[in-house]
Parts: sequence; C-alpha cells; structure tokens
Amino acid sequence: MTSRRMPVDRDPVEPGPDRPLTILVDGEPVAGTVGQTIAGVLLAAGRREWRTTSAGGAPRGVFCGIGVCFDCLVDVNGLRDVRACLRRARDGDVVVRQGEPEVVA
Amino acid sequence: MRHVVVVGAGPAGLAAARAAVEAGARVTLLDAGDGLGGQYWRHLPDTRPAGREHVLHHRWETFRELGDALRAHPAVTVVPSAQVWSLERPGGGVRLNVLVGEPDGVGRDALALEPDALVLATGAHDRTLPFPGWQLPGVYSAGAAQALAKGERVAVGRRVVVAGAGPFLLPVASSLLQTGATVVGVHEAGRIGTLARGWLNRPWELAGAAGKAGELAGYIAELIRHRVPWRPGEAVVAAHGDGQVESVTVARLNERWAPIPGTERQVEADAVCVSHGFTPRLELAVAAGCALTPSRFVMVDDAQATSVPGVWAAGEITGIAGADAALAEGTVAGTAAAGGDTRTATARAAGRAVSRARAFAARIESAHGVRGGWVSWLRDDTVVCRCEETTYGRVREVVELTGSHETRSVKLTSRAGLGPCQARMCGRTLEELLGDTAPPGVDRRPLVVPVRLGDLASLPSSHPHPTASHPTGDQT
Ligand SMILES: Cc1cc2nc3c(=O)[nH]c(=O)nc-3n(C[C@H](O)[C@H](O)[C@H](O)COP(=O)(O)OP(=O)(O)OC[C@H]3O[C@@H](n4cnc5c(N)ncnc54)[C@H](O)[C@@H]3O)c2cc1C
Ligand code: FES
Repeated sequence: MTSRRMPVDRDPVEPGPDRPLTILVDGEPVAGTVGQTIAGVLLAAGRREWRTTSAGGAPRGVFCGIGVCFDCLVDVNGLRDVRACLRRARDGDVVVRQGEPEVVA
Repeated sequence: MRHVVVVGAGPAGLAAARAAVEAGARVTLLDAGDGLGGQYWRHLPDTRPAGREHVLHHRWETFRELGDALRAHPAVTVVPSAQVWSLERPGGGVRLNVLVGEPDGVGRDALALEPDALVLATGAHDRTLPFPGWQLPGVYSAGAAQALAKGERVAVGRRVVVAGAGPFLLPVASSLLQTGATVVGVHEAGRIGTLARGWLNRPWELAGAAGKAGELAGYIAELIRHRVPWRPGEAVVAAHGDGQVESVTVARLNERWAPIPGTERQVEADAVCVSHGFTPRLELAVAAGCALTPSRFVMVDDAQATSVPGVWAAGEITGIAGADAALAEGTVAGTAAAGGDTRTATARAAGRAVSRARAFAARIESAHGVRGGWVSWLRDDTVVCRCEETTYGRVREVVELTGSHETRSVKLTSRAGLGPCQARMCGRTLEELLGDTAPPGVDRRPLVVPVRLGDLASLPSSHPHPTASHPTGDQT
C-alpha cells in the first residue's frame, strides 16, 4: 500500500473518533469515515487511480487535490463527472470508474 | 446599507469580510468549499473535528477569531459550498451567478447577486511544470499533498520526494512528516547562489517579514530533525513506474534550470509532489474586466482597488506573498469596498504590511521564479496537456506545420488546453513554450467551472446561457 490515512490513535492532530461508512467502488466495498472526500476514502485505502483516459487508456487519480485539474472525475450514484477530491463521501455511495469526461470545450 | 460581496474565504477574504462589516457594510461571504479558511487554513471538516488542529497551522487562533466573529455578526451572511460560476456586467454593474450545494451535484440552489461592491479573493493554485512521467498516478502537485494531509490526514505515499521551487515546498514536507510519511528529499530548482542573491540582498527589508521568516526557519529545523536532505539546484526530471510511480530521476540544474548531463540519479519513491510556483485564479477578475499586471496578476492600487470601479481584489490573485500579506490586503480591500476610511490606524498598518509583503513577493520571484532551461528536460513523448494527452512533440509539430506561435491557434490544432480543466494545468506552460504570454491569454474563461445543463435550465430566463462556448454533453 502506498497512500494511507494517519491512524487516529497516532495522529498529533487528534481527529475525532472514526464514524465508519462504506462506499461501493466498481462493485467492491471500500471502508472510510464520515468527513472524508471520495478521493480521501480511496487514497486512504491505498487506491491511487480510478479513471482511464480515452486517448491513451492511462490510469488517473488525484493530481491537484483542490478541484482544478479534473483528473479525479468519477461517476457517483449515476452522475458522471464528479470531482472526487471535492465531494464528501456518504455511506452507500456507488462509485463507478468513468472514461473521458463529457465536459468538452 | 452598502452591500459588499466577498468571493473566497481564505485569509484575504476573511480579513476583507471583517474589515467591510466593521466599516459599516452588509457583507455576504461566498466560498466554494464547505468550510472557511481557504488553502492556508485547510483543516478537517466539522463532521470530523480535530482536538489539536493548531499542530498543522500557523496563526490558527487568528483564523478561529475571524471565523467566529463573522459567523456571529448579524450583518454578515456566510455562504459555504457556494460556487460562483460566472460574472456578468449588466448595465455596467456586476452580477455573480452562484450555485449552492454539493460540488458537481445536480439541483443546486441558484443565486444571483448584484452587490454594491465586490471583493475578489479567489487565491491561487500551484503550478507544476511537465516532465516525463508526470501523468503517472503517484505524481501529485505539492498543493494536493498539502490539501490531503491537512484536510484528510492522508499521506500521498510512504516514501515521498518533494520537488519544484519556492518556500511552499517546506510546509508541504512538514505536513507529510506529520502525516506519517518518510520524505526522501526536498529538491529546490533554484541554485544556492540565486537563492542567496534573492533572499540575502538588502536584509533589512526582511525585518518586517519576521513572522514569515520565523515560520520558514521552523520548517528547516524540522527537516534537519528528521534528517530530510534539502537540495538546492536540483529537480525531478522524470518519474518512472508500471502504472504508478516507483522511482524518479533527480538531476542537478544549471542557473537556467537546464539539467546538467551526467548528474542524473535514480531515487526510489512511491510518490512525488511537485510545484514550481502558483497561478492566480483570475476567471472572475478577467470577466469583470480588471486590468492585469505584466506578470498576470490582478492590478491593484494602494487601496486594493482594481481598474474596474466597484471591484477590489486581495490575496494571491494580486501576487504571491503568503498568508500574512493576504490578511493585510484583505483588511485594506474590505475597508475600501465598504466605503470606509483607509487612513485609519488599522488600515494604515495593514497598508504598511502590504508594502512589506510586496517586497517579500519580489524576493520569492527573484529567488525561485521559473527559468526557461527546464524545457530541455522535456522529450517528444512527454505529455504537456494532461486532459487531452497532447505531447510536447505534437505541440512542436503543430508549430512547424502551421507556422503559428499563437496559443489560441496551437490549442485548436493540437487540442492542448481544450480539455475539462480548460488549460488551468498547461495553459501557462503552453504560452511559455510558444513565447506568447500577453495577458489575458489563457486566463479568459467564460465559465469558472463546468455547469450542468440541468442547472442552467433552472436559472431565471433573463440569464444569457453561455453554452455556446461549451456545447456538448451533460455539462457545458
Ligand atoms: C493546495 C494549497 C495549499 C496551500 N497550503 C499552504 C500552506 O500550508 N502554507 C502556506 O504558507 N501557504 C500555502 N498555500 C499558499 C496559499 O495559497 C496562501 O498562502 C494563502 O492561502 C492565500 O490566501 P488567499 O486568501 O489569497 O487565497 P486562498 O486561501 O486560496 O483562498 C481562496 C478561496 O477562494 C475560493 N474560491 C476561488 N474561486 C471561487 C469561486 N469562483 N467561487 C467561490 N469560491 C471561490 C476557494 O475555494 C478558496 O477557499 C497553499 C496553496 C495551495 C493551492
Ligand atoms: S484532483 Fe484535481 S480536480 Fe480533483
């Protein structure tokens, strides 16, 4: 595993206790805690890519982390093109890998 | 009562909102994020509050005070999750179009505001120069590492390389350490001579920036304590790995930031965080018609007034000088926007802080500013535009075939800069590669973010639908 979340009991920042939630990512349950973004849940679980580019078929995940680059787009509960780094996860969210965004200039 | 709208709740916007309400205005403070604080004071959300948030922050008490004062004040309306997506100028006034709700959601509440005075405090995002392999998962902007550490308590990797240019690399390395990562090294492109000339020249000027200097000294002490090497005159010139980062190539740079042949070495790492400076978020300022400086920040006078009557600007959209500067500029801008007296003691003290901050910004630029030699670490197959996967070779080919050095026409032919990020990641790079850097260049964007067609449809019919420039798909 590469990316990960600081364990609460070792964290100098002392976040409140975890309030578990589960999201479904391409059919697989991934555990997180209330307050995380979808990108936060995925990265904490060691997943670093969740989109495939259409031109090169290349994997992508977070790049800018603050909603500017649009690399992190996912389909959430049937709605495409949601920036995973901005959207807070909710228990039961159904997250599906998407290809090229529909937003075109 | 004069209505002042402040866009952005980072240090600049928070200070502006407070100064404006203290000067007697009614204030609406909008931010796209669901919490206050902007980039500098990004923190765990209210749904997961931290007991000791101050560990990761400087001047956390200042933030708490500002936030509490604004939320408690009867003449202030704080609207979080409020994305300003466009700005129009009906009859010479200003109208902000806002969607309030979950990011990229459907059915958000539409809001149109026509303030008497507008303060823009939209901040900046960090800029990463392309290098071979930078599109691999595991390569992040340094800002992403910082945002994830502060806002999620997530470390982007276990063995992390931090690289690029500027003092920002230091707090990023510090946050990574505090989030349980090993920082393999911090590689600063500026060579020691350039850094020394930038920082040690006229040292008396720095006395006023003692707070910032102390903050940076603290980070350096922390790096030493953790035995993290800080190496000036070096860059990450390539990232390697099968599907994600496994190692990077680090090379020494000359004065112009060109890699020195023979100095390359491979470093094992599972993440690399790279930032070469900041790009201001100018969409709203450009839409309002604000003049830009030659280095493409919003041009302001001593009272933070832009070239457009009724519009003020503060913080990193006016220059990259850090959070203290943003706070001081916000105070001046908010006072002026409310029609208050900028000659009061508080406003004048803030004004002096602004001048010191500008000197500090000039030092950052002279010590860490991008030098053109970096282009020599590109290869023909290096991705320049991340969205459209346009390579450096393709950009060169288009220039050769069309003979054009105009960013607009090269974009249209190569597709670079036409993807969903609307050239926010590659725009400045393209312009530099083409030598076409006249303002506003790529900074003119009719929409601040893509908006779903459903949201446009639900807007009052008086709204011109700016769909023409974004015709297809679910989003425009
Ligand atoms: C990811 C990141 C992390 C950083 N971390 C640090 C750090 O730890 N230490 C440090 O010294 N410096 C840091 N910086 C530098 C930082 O930008 C400044 O020091 C400081 O935050 C600038 O303050 P500001 O008020 O000008 O802008 P910001 O703090 O960037 O605030 C701007 C705000 O405007 C909002 N906004 C922008 N456009 C819109 C819109 N259209 N509609 C609604 N809201 C909008 C944004 O959501 C944001 O909250 C960071 C920068 C970035 C990009
Ligand atoms: S990571 Fe850049 S938009 Fe989400």
